[in-house]
Amino acid sequence: MKLKGRTIFKGKARGEAIITSQSISFYGGVDPETGVVTEKGHEIEGKSIAGKIFIFPIGKGSTVGSYTIYRLKKNGKGPAAIVNKSCDPIVAVGCIISEIACIDQIEIEKIPMGALLEVDAENATIDVKDPNIS
Amino acid sequence: MLNGKHGKAIKKSMEIITTLGGIYGASRLVDVSSVQVAGVSYANLGEAGLEFLNEMAEDGKTKVLTTLNPAGMDLENWKELGIDSKFAKNQERVIEAFEKMGIISTCTCTPYFIGNLPHFGEHIAWSESSAVCYANSVLGARTNREGGPSALAAALTGKTAEYGLHLDENRQAELTIDVEAQISKTFRFGALGKVIGDGAEGKIVYIRGIPKASVEELKSFCASVATYGGIPMFHMEGITPECKSTQIPEETMTVRESDIDKVIEELTDDSEVDFVSIGCPHCSINEIAEIAELLRGKEVKKELWITTARPIKEIADRMGYSKVIEASGAKFACDTCCVVAPIKGRFKTLCTDSAKGCYYARGKNKFNTKLNSIEECLEAALK
Repeated sequence: MKLKGRTIFKGKARGEAIITSQSISFYGGVDPETGVVTEKGHEIEGKSIAGKIFIFPIGKGSTVGSYTIYRLKKNGKGPAAIVNKSCDPIVAVGCIISEIACIDQIEIEKIPMGALLEVDAENATIDVKDPNIS
Repeated sequence: MLNGKHGKAIKKSMEIITTLGGIYGASRLVDVSSVQVAGVSYANLGEAGLEFLNEMAEDGKTKVLTTLNPAGMDLENWKELGIDSKFAKNQERVIEAFEKMGIISTCTCTPYFIGNLPHFGEHIAWSESSAVCYANSVLGARTNREGGPSALAAALTGKTAEYGLHLDENRQAELTIDVEAQISKTFRFGALGKVIGDGAEGKIVYIRGIPKASVEELKSFCASVATYGGIPMFHMEGITPECKSTQIPEETMTVRESDIDKVIEELTDDSEVDFVSIGCPHCSINEIAEIAELLRGKEVKKELWITTARPIKEIADRMGYSKVIEASGAKFACDTCCVVAPIKGRFKTLCTDSAKGCYYARGKNKFNTKLNSIEECLEAALK
């Protein structure tokens, strides 16, 4: 399956999908040292986004979140790419300053958890491999 | 500027500006004349954030007047306020990076008190949600709610993308608020900000029923309505310069005395105060004069911080207010505030006149809170 969206920041990445249907606050919600989601009661609380294709509908919370994304990247715990339904300014700016591939306007509910993805943010495409085959 | 011909910092800045413009459908860039940059506390930036600022400072220089939000500490008096020297060293490195770019290290959330005062209709790029709300709604300047990096990008290029609140059509009110309560004093304006913030779902509101409001009351209201509601602009009848050019929406929310009392009750925990802080947003010289009169000849028993911009403190020094305040045992904390200073765990219960202060005291610092008038806050400190 191939999905097409809009480029937020260019770059190519390949990796496992970690998906949530809930919005994400990077500031206070993701530990910049470990890449683990720490927001209390969040659907993916306790899971790491490090090295994965991180898929969530939209960002929320403080604008300091852009710097949290940058800290994740510098600590080697950043996501390989970010895919959104609708990219908000906090996440967009975070991806630009951290040089993390980012695409939005994707029907994220079509992507199964754990699927292997090839993201080409330059062309705003995602190649979804069946997790059972790959 | 995007191709890197003007250097790395300009290239990165233009990527930020054009991407945001793309997301929001901007068709062109506009020149800005004033910038306020947030994201100053080392506690939030970390070593990585500082590295980013240092990279930008390699070849980045401000094109327009740019001032800075509060830092994590008083830049001169940090030791007395209990900040450790390792944090202080790192915070100083952050300030140096900003200064290298030509950003004026005002370290205040009230830039409009000390020389960054845009006029009606001026395009600006500010971060600091309370100041954004004040600039749009009280001054009538035009800014979106920028984040730290996007404000920095505007400072280094002198430009922003034309979308959101830079355009007339997006400055129209979407909900009318009828205030049927007597609102006076900063803490009650802050409570009103929470009532509206909680109920307005981020909409631009048209507020009726406030016969008058002081600058201090307005800054308290702006801080609260932005914190609790993410509201970047309101129209207040008789205050907002362009309030006559907006439609008055039919959809109406009424605020009664009981709603204000409920919020004050909600923000007031039943626990003993051990920390009092006035100046969120930073105190005006008027407020400091008032505080000096209330503390004259008295001795405070609790930790009491007066947070303000350094130039305001210097006028207070000249007027003798500082002497009176410091003789009581109260402390000035310039360049910082109770929201951004790394004080988690140091106190149990904060008493303040700031509804915004209560939000961050609870969420970030895990304190209990009491929302009171300035007079009552000082009484709590004297007990």
